[in-house]
Amino acid sequence: MSRADDAPVIEVRDLTVRFPSLDGTEEVRAVDGVSFEIRPGETFGVIGESGSGKSTVGRTLVGLLDPTSGSLTFDGADRAGMSRGDWRVARRRFQMIFQDPNAALNPRMTILDSLTEPMRIAGGRSKAEMRDTALTALEKVGLRRDMAQRYPHELSGGQKQRVNIARVLPLDPRLIVCDEVVAALDVSIRGEILNLFKELQDSLGVAYAFIAHDISVVAQISDRIAVTYLGQFVELGPTEGVIDAPLHPYTIALLSAEPQPLPAHLRHRRRMVLEGDIPSPVNPPSGCRFHTRCPWATEICSTQAPEWREVRPDHRVACHHTTPDGPPPLPADGAVPAT
Amino acid sequence: MSAPILDVQDLSIGFSGRRGQPALPIVRDVTFRIGRGERVGLVGESGCGKSVTGLSLMRLLPGTARIGGRITLDGVDMARASRNEVRRMRGKKIAMIFQEPMSALDPVFTVGEQIAEALRLHETLPRAEERARVIEALAEVGIPAPAKRHDEYPHQLSGGMRQRVMIAMALINRPDLIIADEPTTALDVTIQAQIMELLTRLSEETGTALLFITHDLGVVAETCQRMITMYAGEIVEDAPVDAALVSPLHPYTSGLLRSLPHFNKEKGRFAYIPGRVPAPLAMPEGCRFAPRCPHAVEVCGRPQELRFAGAERRVRCIRADELSLDGAVAEVPA
Repeated sequence: MSRADDAPVIEVRDLTVRFPSLDGTEEVRAVDGVSFEIRPGETFGVIGESGSGKSTVGRTLVGLLDPTSGSLTFDGADRAGMSRGDWRVARRRFQMIFQDPNAALNPRMTILDSLTEPMRIAGGRSKAEMRDTALTALEKVGLRRDMAQRYPHELSGGQKQRVNIARVLPLDPRLIVCDEVVAALDVSIRGEILNLFKELQDSLGVAYAFIAHDISVVAQISDRIAVTYLGQFVELGPTEGVIDAPLHPYTIALLSAEPQPLPAHLRHRRRMVLEGDIPSPVNPPSGCRFHTRCPWATEICSTQAPEWREVRPDHRVACHHTTPDGPPPLPADGAVPAT
Repeated sequence: MSAPILDVQDLSIGFSGRRGQPALPIVRDVTFRIGRGERVGLVGESGCGKSVTGLSLMRLLPGTARIGGRITLDGVDMARASRNEVRRMRGKKIAMIFQEPMSALDPVFTVGEQIAEALRLHETLPRAEERARVIEALAEVGIPAPAKRHDEYPHQLSGGMRQRVMIAMALINRPDLIIADEPTTALDVTIQAQIMELLTRLSEETGTALLFITHDLGVVAETCQRMITMYAGEIVEDAPVDAALVSPLHPYTSGLLRSLPHFNKEKGRFAYIPGRVPAPLAMPEGCRFAPRCPHAVEVCGRPQELRFAGAERRVRCIRADELSLDGAVAEVPA
């Protein structure tokens, strides 16, 4: 499914995105020095809490936001070196699907109009071609062709999200950024949409950046997972490694905080309840940004930012104290009580 | 279980339609009890009637709502109580916490004033003592520097802190029952863990019963003793939480559990429930889940009763005895 060349679909180096705060006197460091690449045909999961910058990263990947600094390389071509025209063409293959399937569709346009709009903007296809392509796309996402004549309010949430997926397919995307795409759907139908994402990936070879706060979803669909905290990546590695043997204390906390729908005697995992709130991205803590809530934190953590190092093969982490086996055991009276 | 604090019998809720439109039946035949100090999860997906049920217990539904049946709270029928009676019950006997703490708090009053207001409705105290009680309530829910926070406004607090304020407000009159409608859904997962722990601890310490309305089965598993599952306006199952998770009796409960993406399930296809919930005016006459149920047979076309299955469990499925349904874990390790 991957192309002959295994060159990354997108390469991000030292990405920084800053916004002025509401009163304009301060800066929100939404993303602060993030580097990674997304490989052809892979699913790259991004998890984190609100304010972690995960959606900002996603928007930058499709050109909805411009980086404050850092470089983005789309399919081998440096964004900074592209002319406006080149960029208009290149960005078509980097698409995004949003959380709210209702808000993403214009209530006054038929499904067919919504489906052909991206093709109209791209140009180069006749009306009949666009229509045919749109109807084929509808079938690819499991909807009947006669849905094309309907309006969004006549469709269920799951059907609308299918339409949003169908919209980006005619552009032959290399990467689709999926930002909380199942969060608005009921649990019982999420699986249907997630299966569709997988099927499309198998047949089209498209890569996904799958952004979600729900770890169990990301864990099931991703090949690799990045964990974000306050605008930075704290860990990035293969899904099994990140989920089963996490390296960063924040990842451990995040995984243990997820409520498990299991009876008490099977919830063996020890819960680590973090104290305090997520600090403000306007004024993030010095050194390691997690040190204010980390049970492992020592002097060095508050003064020196940890290096982004490869601790296990293809598995990176930013933590002064962790080892290839994860953070060292805490003293018995440490802050990790058994539940 | 001693005498229940809440006894709901045959509750039905509908909303009268606009002129010429038929009334919309939303909830029917809802019967359940909550024991003193008991923590019960009311689960189901959007539109199943769980939030409307919660609001009806507080008599918070709009004027277009039509309520049938009895809601007996500590001897008072909330469905028929006078306005004055309802006012005496709210806060003192029953309190509510909502999903969005920011919209539940008034932005122009300090959090201290808002909690004091809830206290004042039931008790008249000297100013200084009132302040002390409110600060104590803020401390009880784990708000650092409570005396300082007392004089702050909602916008100065984080989402987690605001939800703690709502809990302090709900608890200040020591009600017998708190209804918490998706209290952690708007919160980040690490903050959610804090609030779940707080609610469980406070319920144990104060003996307050909790009705936890949520779509999140993980939250119910970790905070509640019993789980009531609703589908399309009806209770379909009522069971001790571990029993419901391991061996659900209703195919909908089972389907919901199997739809959860789990860490340990094998990568590959996700399970889901095909089809969608029928519209309120197009409910099947028989089992409302039958059109989506993999186990449906002819007899499911007849109306289904919520019946006892053992002393502690109830289920609305005629085939419950003959089916052996999967729960959250396919097999329980010995």
